[in-house]
Amino acid sequence: MSKALYAEWTKLRTLPGTGWLLLGVVAATVIISATVSAAVSCSSTAACHVDVTKLSLTGTYLGQAVVAIVAVLAVSGEYATGMIAATLAAMPHRATVLGAKAAVVSAVTLAAGTLAVLGSVLAGRLILPGHGYTPANGYPVLSLADGTVLRAAAGTVLYLALIALLSLGIATAVRDAAVAIGVVLGLLYLFPILIQVAGSPEVARHLQQIGPMTAGLEIQSSTGLAHQPIGPWAGLGVLAAWAGTALLAGALVLRARDA
Amino acid sequence: MTATMTPERSDTEMADRDGFARLLHAEWTKFRTVRGWVIAMVIAAALTAAVGLYAASGPETGCQPVGPNGPIGPPAPCKPSNPVGPDGEAVSDSYYLVHQALRGNGSITVRVTSLTGRSAPGGGLAPGPNPEQNFTSGVQPWAKAGIIVTASTRQGSAYAAMMVTGGHGVRMQYNYTGDTPGLPGAVSAASPRWLRLVRAGDTLTGYDSADGTHWTRVGTVRLTRLPATVQAGPFVTSPAWVQAQNSALTAATAVFDHVSVPHAAAGAGWRGVSIRAHAQEASSLPGRFRAAGGTFTVTGSGDIAPAGPGPTNVGMPADDGFVGAFAGLIVVIVVGTMFITAEYRRGLIRTTLAAAPGRGRVLAAKAVVIGSVTFAAGVIGAAPVIPAGASLLRNHGNYVFPMSMLTEVRLIAGIAALLAVTSVLALATGTIVRHAAGAITAVIALTVVVYFFSVPLAVLPAGAADWLLRVTPAAGFAIQQYVPAYPQVNNVYTPQHGYFPLAPWAGLGVLCLWAAAALCLATVLLRRRNA
Repeated sequence: MSKALYAEWTKLRTLPGTGWLLLGVVAATVIISATVSAAVSCSSTAACHVDVTKLSLTGTYLGQAVVAIVAVLAVSGEYATGMIAATLAAMPHRATVLGAKAAVVSAVTLAAGTLAVLGSVLAGRLILPGHGYTPANGYPVLSLADGTVLRAAAGTVLYLALIALLSLGIATAVRDAAVAIGVVLGLLYLFPILIQVAGSPEVARHLQQIGPMTAGLEIQSSTGLAHQPIGPWAGLGVLAAWAGTALLAGALVLRARDA
Repeated sequence: MTATMTPERSDTEMADRDGFARLLHAEWTKFRTVRGWVIAMVIAAALTAAVGLYAASGPETGCQPVGPNGPIGPPAPCKPSNPVGPDGEAVSDSYYLVHQALRGNGSITVRVTSLTGRSAPGGGLAPGPNPEQNFTSGVQPWAKAGIIVTASTRQGSAYAAMMVTGGHGVRMQYNYTGDTPGLPGAVSAASPRWLRLVRAGDTLTGYDSADGTHWTRVGTVRLTRLPATVQAGPFVTSPAWVQAQNSALTAATAVFDHVSVPHAAAGAGWRGVSIRAHAQEASSLPGRFRAAGGTFTVTGSGDIAPAGPGPTNVGMPADDGFVGAFAGLIVVIVVGTMFITAEYRRGLIRTTLAAAPGRGRVLAAKAVVIGSVTFAAGVIGAAPVIPAGASLLRNHGNYVFPMSMLTEVRLIAGIAALLAVTSVLALATGTIVRHAAGAITAVIALTVVVYFFSVPLAVLPAGAADWLLRVTPAAGFAIQQYVPAYPQVNNVYTPQHGYFPLAPWAGLGVLCLWAAAALCLATVLLRRRNA
């Protein structure tokens, strides 16, 4: 397994695009988060009912799309170039290959995700008090020493890693990069739209509970937890189930199919 | 010599045209023979239709029953509606009118000496002996008091009116959508306003004056099919105060004197009437009228204006097809990108360019093919949703803003165009980036994610969302708006309620500009780079 890990790490590391994409994850997340933090304002306690922790992590909505590219390319890139034949010839145990890929991709995502989340929280911490989100108005300055903020921040890093695993599984199952990225982004962004137009509040609530993005991002909620459709860790668990299912499907297809 | 030159040139022209037709045929064959792409287009059309119909089958409007002392009980099923104006548009038409019949040509003149207002933030009248105890004073900027000449006291009648407003000076308004400014400034006892309406046949002319002797013509309007006998007199109304989260009913009170109708029928008296529908009782406060000497004190509530979707209106636009298009969009972007990136992946691009060395023409042929196929899929997906969505919404007791046949066609074509132009943008981006994953994510981020951020998620403040919906390709979603925004109507004009910062065609134009710019860059790069 360690040789497989080393091989996958070398492949990912030596692709010129990987570094730029990971930089893209950090940049997209931090820039969107900082922009949204700078765009809101709170003049009085009554006027703003905002979950500032969640707000400061808004960039996750975009950053996850770049994470999906990294993960999809780790698999589809090999199919596109035919490299997969060499990989599987060198490591005939296919589950090991997928496991090694999953480990390496989630490791780099965790690293980039940590930077992205730290940057976003820092931006929120510096920007939000200047826009009226002050302790005087009932909004303590964002700090990782606060358990809820820490849970949201660490959870967001895990969220991004799970998105990478979900994308990896889907890419392994469908092989083609374009189709894989389409399926991943469709899965992520379509649920919120369906929730918006759902007929009854119960249907909307159920959709929120099962959507990979809507459930997973509950990890960022810090206020009104009793009214959320799903708890923070349970929500992340739903995303983990999606990722696990995708990886399993990928592994089965990889075993059964010619490369 | 000339005789032989001319046919030669036309031969090359024909060969050129023939060449492009062959390119189109080649690209169409490539598209048609990839089973996955054809299936994807079917899925895009099916998703557009299915998600759109799902969205339309959702909402179910209830009405809040209102007793003499405010709302009572839970919302009950009902069929709310807006009155229909003379041009077929939805209108608000609730006000207090003091009227008498005016036969044939004539005029009416009044002096307005005061306009004050109150609002009921708590949602209406309080129970108990003092129902107005929660009211706060303050006149709405678009509270209206003046004189009106109306075809009848039925809601939605043709009319012309001269009025003073709470914050926008004297206006002449007619048939709900027309609005012409007159004298500026607020009305008071020290600075009264004289208003006059003159009827001559179908023509109504409005005048205003600060002193009753020097009159200025504000506007002239022709009202077709105005009956011989019309109702004329002072009226007062005051629209609800609305904000994104809150709204409150309001009422205005105006004092009129020097009321004169020179050609009134002998013995005709003034009668006060509250113009409002039973179902709308929750949307206006009761009005009243008191005459003492020659002075009329009139209180009214509501609005005489075009109606549009918003926090206080019962209706919704039938634009669910666009929710469906949102789902179809992701599929279309994937196929549009693959139409070029698959050639790079398989090395087919070298064969393509060897067979047709004119690279710009190859890209143009691809754009025409993918654009046309997507447009067709869009029409097939949207055609059932727009009419069926509207009737589904109506069947669930919702009020749907009326649309003409032409509007329906525009919405269907708009959805198809939105999908088609986006697929061309995806094709161009795919040519520029050459890698499918990056290109697809970039286009989805610029269209789907921007729209998602600005409209359903609404995490962005209104200013930032407006800006994004002006400059990004997501501006194309503006094509779904069919109920216009009016500056003279107090409403929350946000994309959530169906109002976009750009006009429908202008928004689609922004998307087209993006596609055109991307195609230009793609052509330049395709010519410069080795395949």
